[in-house]
Amino acid sequence: MTQAPLLLSVDNLATHFFSQEGILEAVDGVSFDIHAGEALGIAGESGCGKSVTAQSILRIVPKNGKIVTGEISLIQNGETVDLVQLDDRGQEIRQIRGGEIAMVFQEPMAAFSMVYTIGNQITEVIRLHQECSQDEARERAIEMLQRVGMPQPEVTIDAYPFALSGGMRQRAMIAMALSCHPALLIADEPTTAVDVTIQAQVLELMKDLQRDMGMALIVITHDLAVISELCDRVMIMYLGKDVESAPADVIFRDPKHPYTVGLLRSVPELGEGHSQELDPISGSVPSPYRRPTGCPFHTRCPEFIPDVCDVHMPPQIELGAGHRVRCHLYVQD
Amino acid sequence: MLSFILRRILLMIPTLLVVSVISFIIIEAPPGDFMDAYVDQLLQQQEAIDPAEIDSLRLRYGLDAPSYVRYFRWLGNILQGDLGRSLEWNQPVAKLITARLPWSLAISVASFIFAYALAIPIGLYSATRQYSIGDYIFTLIGFIGLATPNFLLALLILWYYFVATGNVAVGLFSEEYLVAPWSFARVIDLLKHLWLPAVVVGTAGTAGLIRVMRANLLDELERPYVMVARSKGLSEGKLLFKYPFRIAMNPVASTIGWTLPTLVNGELLASLVLGLPTIAPLFVGALLSQDMFLAGSVVMILSSLTLVGTLFSDIVLAWLDPRIRGAI
Repeated sequence: MTQAPLLLSVDNLATHFFSQEGILEAVDGVSFDIHAGEALGIAGESGCGKSVTAQSILRIVPKNGKIVTGEISLIQNGETVDLVQLDDRGQEIRQIRGGEIAMVFQEPMAAFSMVYTIGNQITEVIRLHQECSQDEARERAIEMLQRVGMPQPEVTIDAYPFALSGGMRQRAMIAMALSCHPALLIADEPTTAVDVTIQAQVLELMKDLQRDMGMALIVITHDLAVISELCDRVMIMYLGKDVESAPADVIFRDPKHPYTVGLLRSVPELGEGHSQELDPISGSVPSPYRRPTGCPFHTRCPEFIPDVCDVHMPPQIELGAGHRVRCHLYVQD
Repeated sequence: MLSFILRRILLMIPTLLVVSVISFIIIEAPPGDFMDAYVDQLLQQQEAIDPAEIDSLRLRYGLDAPSYVRYFRWLGNILQGDLGRSLEWNQPVAKLITARLPWSLAISVASFIFAYALAIPIGLYSATRQYSIGDYIFTLIGFIGLATPNFLLALLILWYYFVATGNVAVGLFSEEYLVAPWSFARVIDLLKHLWLPAVVVGTAGTAGLIRVMRANLLDELERPYVMVARSKGLSEGKLLFKYPFRIAMNPVASTIGWTLPTLVNGELLASLVLGLPTIAPLFVGALLSQDMFLAGSVVMILSSLTLVGTLFSDIVLAWLDPRIRGAI
């Protein structure tokens, strides 16, 4: 397989939130690359910094948050732009948002404004990024709705979001994100807020669209099944750190980090019979305001090495092709 | 949308009928009638009272009939456009009210414009720059405005105005325009006098509205749809007005309906202090002397204005938020 060109490279990204309770290190040193047309899954428990990573890429971190270090390089037509250096209200980042990089959000109910029709909200993004008339934009929006399998797109385009079902709203959301043919689509928990039956449809749809349109995809989820369905590569996050990243088949077959191992063990499998015993990770995620010293996972880790794990942050170690892990159990060859 | 407005207007009819019953009951509630108050007055002036004359007056004004008869008689006359005769002023009620209502409305509208024109931009500024120095300054001024009684503000402004210009800012017209026919110059003169009661009556409301606007907008700015709009590449300004502002206006618009009557309440003290020929002092006088035709008519007119205001705010709401259009 020939390697597609590099599209986005995130290097040592750290995004912190500053509030009266203290500094919340939501993302604390995360690095990953995405190549054109590739699908990356970012997985972890809630509060591990997955969503903030995505918001950092688009520079739409909520107002108390700030990118403190790192680079986010977007490579387009041989030109490299460091998104971190852009003014977050400026013209440049606004052209990238919705145009080069689009995002699908978690709750389609809350993500659409209830006071405008979905057509209004979709044509808005089309007219923002493409030179076209109102009629042409509407035409394209209907086309896009058709493509995501919206029933009767000529009618539903004039529907208000509150009149649509959850699944239809999520389809409209995807249509809106894809309407300017982005090079990268970030889907933040795209199936969390919809029914299980709809989840499968939405995943299928995203897979098809990603293949047809040749775009890269970042799927943020706590659901490993979604990742196994969609992704080529996986990054596991824990308390703002990228603890392990590897090709999807490697991570499911041969997980290295004790957290990844624990995550995979805690997923129930269908067809295992009623005697199946779940093996949850012991303890709970520490408060992000009081992060553990050393490896963030050492408080819950079954392989904890005293005086090592709670003292030193493990460096990132390359174990094989594209398989990187942060854990003291492994040493660099 | 049109059917929404029609439905709203039709609904106003039964509401008005209920209002008429309630206003009649309230006016009838105090013991005695106008004649008792009249007798009291004569006694105070130590004039001779002829009981036969009082009784014949009672008969003439229909005060001897049972309440429900008087209610229907009163309502029937109103429907024919006859508001009755003020017993105290010995003039048709319609004439008394039409002489004063325009000034009340002028002050209401002027203070309404003052309040909204000031509150909406300030609320917008305070919310988008939360905890900035400007936000704190506006908050402080707002709370002072909220806490200052109308009449005190009126007195203070009168005093400053007198110290600064040597004129007394009382009434709605300068002397030379008081009885002059309408002209452009007279309108200008009116506007010169109108700002003072408008500011006095509108200040408390403005301060309240700023808080409402700021709080709503702060809530809305945190909503996911704002982040979605940002992720589409909209500029901050366009985004603000298209999405959160429109929703944040919703509670502000719904207060339009009751602005009219509260302005009449607020107007009373300001009118007394500033010597304005408005409805409020007339209304209080009528209530004190149990001049039921006058008092009843004022209540009816204020209620009708409230309903019109509510209709107006409902239309604005329906325009702002499509979810409301489907409801009644």
